[in-house]
Amino acid sequence: MSHSAPNVAPGLGAPGTVRESHDHHEIGFFRKYIFSTDHKVIGIQFMMTGLVMMILGGLMAMAIRWQLAWPWTKMPLIGNLMFPKTGGAITPEFYTMLFTMHGTIMIFFVIIPLLTGAFGNFLIPLQIGAPDMAFPKLNMFGYWAMVPAMLCVVMGFLAEGGGPAAGWTAYPPLSTITSAAPGSLSGQTWWLLALTWVGVSSMMGAVNYVTTIVKMRAPGMTLMRMPLSIWALFIAALLQLFALPVLTAASIMQILDRTLQTGFFTPTNLIVNQMNPEMAGAAAGGQPLLWQHLFWFYSHPAVYIMVVPAMGLASDIIATHARKPIFGYKPMVYSMAAIAGLGFIVWGHHMFASGMNPGLAMTFMVSTIMIALPSAIKVFNWIGTLWGARIRFTTPMLNALAFVAMFIIGGLSGIWMAATPVDIYIHDTYIIVAHFHYVVFGGSVFAIFAAIYHWYPKMFGRMMNETLGKIHFVGSFVFTNCVFYMMHQLGMAGLMRRTADPYDYETYAHLQPLNEFISISAFCLFAWQIFFVINFFWSLGAGKRVGRNPWQASSLEWSAPSPPGHGNFDQELAVHRGPYEYADPDAIEDFSPQWVQNVGAGSDSSRSA
Amino acid sequence: MRILFTLLLLVMTVLGVWTFIDSETFLFGPQPEGYTWWWPAEISTYGEDIDFLFYLISGMILVFFVLTEGLLLWFVFKYGAKRPDKGAFSHGNHRLEFLWTGIPALLLLVIAFSQMSTFASIKFRSAIEDEPVFCDIWGSQFDWRFHYPGADGRLGTVDDLQSPFELVVPDDQKIVMNLRSRDVLHSFFIPKMRLKQDAVPGMTFPIWFQADPEQVALESKNHFDIICAELCGWGHYKMSGRVRVVSRSEYEAWLEEMTAKQFDNGFEAD
Ligand code: HEM
Ligand SMILES: [Cu+2]
Ligand SMILES: [Cu+2]
Repeated sequence: MSHSAPNVAPGLGAPGTVRESHDHHEIGFFRKYIFSTDHKVIGIQFMMTGLVMMILGGLMAMAIRWQLAWPWTKMPLIGNLMFPKTGGAITPEFYTMLFTMHGTIMIFFVIIPLLTGAFGNFLIPLQIGAPDMAFPKLNMFGYWAMVPAMLCVVMGFLAEGGGPAAGWTAYPPLSTITSAAPGSLSGQTWWLLALTWVGVSSMMGAVNYVTTIVKMRAPGMTLMRMPLSIWALFIAALLQLFALPVLTAASIMQILDRTLQTGFFTPTNLIVNQMNPEMAGAAAGGQPLLWQHLFWFYSHPAVYIMVVPAMGLASDIIATHARKPIFGYKPMVYSMAAIAGLGFIVWGHHMFASGMNPGLAMTFMVSTIMIALPSAIKVFNWIGTLWGARIRFTTPMLNALAFVAMFIIGGLSGIWMAATPVDIYIHDTYIIVAHFHYVVFGGSVFAIFAAIYHWYPKMFGRMMNETLGKIHFVGSFVFTNCVFYMMHQLGMAGLMRRTADPYDYETYAHLQPLNEFISISAFCLFAWQIFFVINFFWSLGAGKRVGRNPWQASSLEWSAPSPPGHGNFDQELAVHRGPYEYADPDAIEDFSPQWVQNVGAGSDSSRSA
Repeated sequence: MRILFTLLLLVMTVLGVWTFIDSETFLFGPQPEGYTWWWPAEISTYGEDIDFLFYLISGMILVFFVLTEGLLLWFVFKYGAKRPDKGAFSHGNHRLEFLWTGIPALLLLVIAFSQMSTFASIKFRSAIEDEPVFCDIWGSQFDWRFHYPGADGRLGTVDDLQSPFELVVPDDQKIVMNLRSRDVLHSFFIPKMRLKQDAVPGMTFPIWFQADPEQVALESKNHFDIICAELCGWGHYKMSGRVRVVSRSEYEAWLEEMTAKQFDNGFEAD
């Protein structure tokens, strides 16, 4: 509706004055906060949904950890409620549903919506100096497409036989043959529908982001003056655009396999549970490996969709709080682009054990090992940014630095797995689990925390409490490492993932104490998030009020009021320099905002703090 | 906060290095005899090559881990101190960029190419071209079954011997097996042999290992876990098996006994 609005909200006062910009047309509560087309509101909607889903996914993780530490024992608090038949203990069927839904929720309903949905929406127009997204209505629809997705997920659990149980990777034939697992009755179909809706949502977001970034930058905002967050979100959106159609097609094929017995993925001559699915009318002649190729063709790029935006956010935050220009801006951009490009030719590394041609596996190995290079370049540049800096240990900075520290671990362990002979042993062990939690939890989730602490004042006009923030950070950092570092050790000992009760194996019998340690750390990690929840809600009403630019940052969003009104900016915008001009010796202050022309001595202090 | 955060990073790095150097006694004291939180000792002919590559990569990982985390915490400590002036106004450095792109690129290429011959010698058909098939493996929800050729010496005929759960192998030959699945995906994993391969319904994968008698002799027992490594349903966790490594003569005795048992119709009392 407002995409024809001019770049600058009309009729506003002198640059730099703190004033609330007001809406010119009155809109009702529903249009303003529920069915809003304002990118900021949509971003906050995505954020709240994502955080709530994170609690849900986290609870599932706690149940998983309970089972791994004390298998088949009565679960405290909710055990009797959920499993009356077993006296409060998890059932093996339910365990498979738990890790399936934990992974699904965390990836598709938490990390991707938080990074691209929440921060993509909130930051893109603000950081490039646009009044809103290019297609505000599409944007609103993008958020509301998540609702059927969530309904489908819930329906899966309520369905006969229970939730989907084939893992977040949904490998056929376990996922396509209804007699193969209880959750493969209709739970799996609901899961596939949920995924399709998530895809619709992501697609609308991606179209919007790309168009907005290409078309709606403020005057002077050249591509190489964009904050790295914008570059990252741009690249992630391109990844979505190119990879997502493949997943959507594949999940529709799996839906057809399940409903119309098309048999894309189901081979002939199976005997499942004493039954031949072909006799039951399920066509066959399909190829299970086809699904794996299609799935990973999307889902490998998806892991970069989950980390590239986090890299961008962390870069912005580190430069701001280190009071230094980002080291190697262009290498940072190019390496993200390289990650995205290479990301399309590495999917086979998830299939080294699948039976693919070993010659092909070797080419996937080379491309995968080489994808560690751009990641390494980024790490070196973050470290370079800290060199000679003037670090402020704010909560966002601590979280962003922790992101770097833990991303290093996840990136390095990737090299083990990329090496095909080594991966023979470690494929599907807990080393994999440790690896992706280091990149997704240690990496992306810490970057998300950093970003929430950093942009909260812009979203709500108030600071989050620093003391609570630091308490939250220290505990989270310690417990995260206790949980996930030790998983490497489990994996080294050969422990397989997705094993409900490993201790009957001689190989694993001695691992229980270690699993207990991990589980206890995980419960602490979960409980520790209470500091974040309290801080988040308490600060909404009681946080210290802020002006436009509490962090003395120099990217464009900080020129707008906090929170920005409809149309975002209340001053004529022109961009004069790159986003990271901190510590310029010729400038009066240690930051030179993008929107201020003259920062040198003798210029008026038209910047607000 | 500066000191605290530096310490956190330091502890993380030191403990991390410790797990590389001495995973056995790490934090929790010694493990029971023969058990580790590290790779269990390998017992197959190619196990040594795989482990060597693992250590090669681990060495490099360790160096980069210490280097990057070390620089990070050093800079956090050093440049976190209050200072009166502005930070360095630096946008980067071309020479550094070339260095830290070029050196890792070379190292990574070396790693990539050093894997290839080992992988080829394990996975390529040429490794087992002239070898007879020792047995068939059938995976199904939730057990492993091993089919040995019967009197006719051929697999897939009515006189095949079937051994559920246990795979018995002589220690003096390459054990080539046809891996198949009857229903969903499974994965045949013998951790100590460094062997893992998915079983895909509708496809047959020839896989192999050869026990290394010297290594087996070092073990306290001669049987080892077989584990399903690919989610196959609710009972995935208990889809286990066992490989027993014996001498040629013991193997033949076992085979005879198996044959007798399987074809004993209960009438030929003696
Ligand atoms: C340095 C770059 C990286 C390399 C070389 C790398 C390599 C690999 C390899 C080879 C696997 C498959 C291992 C196996 O299943 O045997 C894997 C799994 C995985 N990686 Fe990475 N990775 C890298 C970075 C990342 C990043 C940045 C993310 C996410 C933000 C990520 C997320 C994952 C996930 C989620 C899986 C497991 C998927 C599953 O099987 O459920 N990786 N990685
Ligand atoms: Cu991948
Ligand atoms: Cu299994």
